Amino acid sequence: MDNTRSILSVLIYPVQRLVSLPVEIVETVQDTVVSYSALKTENAELKEQQMITNIKLLKLESLENENVRLRGLLENSFKLGEQVLVAELLSVNLVPYEHVMVVNKGSRFGVHEKQSVLDASGIVGQVIRSLPLSSEVMLITDPNHAIPVQVNRNGLRTIAIGSGQLDRLNLPFLPNNADIVPGDLLVTSGLGGTFPQGYPVAVVDNFTAQPNKPFANIYATPKAKLDRIRELLVVWSDSTPVPLSNHKKVEPEQSQDQEVNE
Amino acid sequence: MNKNQYSKRYFLTLLMAMSLNILPLSNTIKSLNPDWVLLILIYWTLAVPERVGVFNAWILGIFVDVLTGRIFGMHGLIYALVNFTCLKFHRRLRHYPVLQQALFVFFCLLFSQVLVFWIENIQGATGLTWLFWLPVLTGTVCWPFIYAGLRWIRLLGRIS
Repeated sequence: MDNTRSILSVLIYPVQRLVSLPVEIVETVQDTVVSYSALKTENAELKEQQMITNIKLLKLESLENENVRLRGLLENSFKLGEQVLVAELLSVNLVPYEHVMVVNKGSRFGVHEKQSVLDASGIVGQVIRSLPLSSEVMLITDPNHAIPVQVNRNGLRTIAIGSGQLDRLNLPFLPNNADIVPGDLLVTSGLGGTFPQGYPVAVVDNFTAQPNKPFANIYATPKAKLDRIRELLVVWSDSTPVPLSNHKKVEPEQSQDQEVNE
Repeated sequence: MNKNQYSKRYFLTLLMAMSLNILPLSNTIKSLNPDWVLLILIYWTLAVPERVGVFNAWILGIFVDVLTGRIFGMHGLIYALVNFTCLKFHRRLRHYPVLQQALFVFFCLLFSQVLVFWIENIQGATGLTWLFWLPVLTGTVCWPFIYAGLRWIRLLGRIS
């Protein structure tokens, strides 16, 4: 069945491209026709941003090393690196009652089901079907989507469920006395195995205790700009792991040797 | 109209309908978007019943399933059933005034939407609100225009 769908989807792909074309043209024109001064200011901003990110990255590298070393001391598994692929959105609406987007990278690029999808500011969703030329991505705000998260401040774990609105997630499983306040950042907890750990998902923006009910009423706003994204990152985290470059200290053989020595 | 001319128009209008079905619309109006493919299929079934058969409709439905990422065969089933009903009643329906036809189209769309609702619920969909039923109404409102437009397309180039 999936094969048939793949073949038919290739036949139907031109229709999706056709529908997406006007938006793409408008964006290309907007990208092309930019004034010199606008470009200059943008360039300056980007340079500044890059410098800041570079400095953060410097720190990150040392922290990563430290993390690997500490995990090695604990004889723990080390954190794996993740590979990403940039995919562009096709502007099509599959059905009005679902939050599913179509991106222009499919199984030809090795995209497969259950991969998580990010944008520059946070988790967007996961791939629910990969076709040869395109794949379908379910957003975290889809009413049928749930994502395991934890509060970044104190590690409180819960599940965020889509609400059907692009700017809201529900956290229905936290008790009234839970330690969570508006402004808390929710990151992926990595439980369930679909989403890699530690990526920002949403910010809590409303906490209402319901004394007559077991659970509080909590809403969060997704970090990813779900209504404005054009480019997405498809992440490989559960396929063949790619160790970080400087792992020599904690290679499995060595740790086994250490055990033998002990 | 010869067969070649007819199938060209048939395919072009259906292609247009498919594009309309997946048109990127803003969040507020996208729930109003009716099932254009079904509407146009109903028109062609009523206009040239000898050429648009149940199998035809089923294949079209399969394509719509792939296009919109639904479970395989959902639209196939719906389109085949609606097409069959239209074929059954086409002699009577053709003589109805457009508004009365619109009533029939309303029930076709409602039937289609009920089936979609049913099948999506079996699959565990939870987020279907009352907005889900709006396309039935908008589709019915669109029918007179679709009827007039497609009739014009069908008769285009015919010397009378």
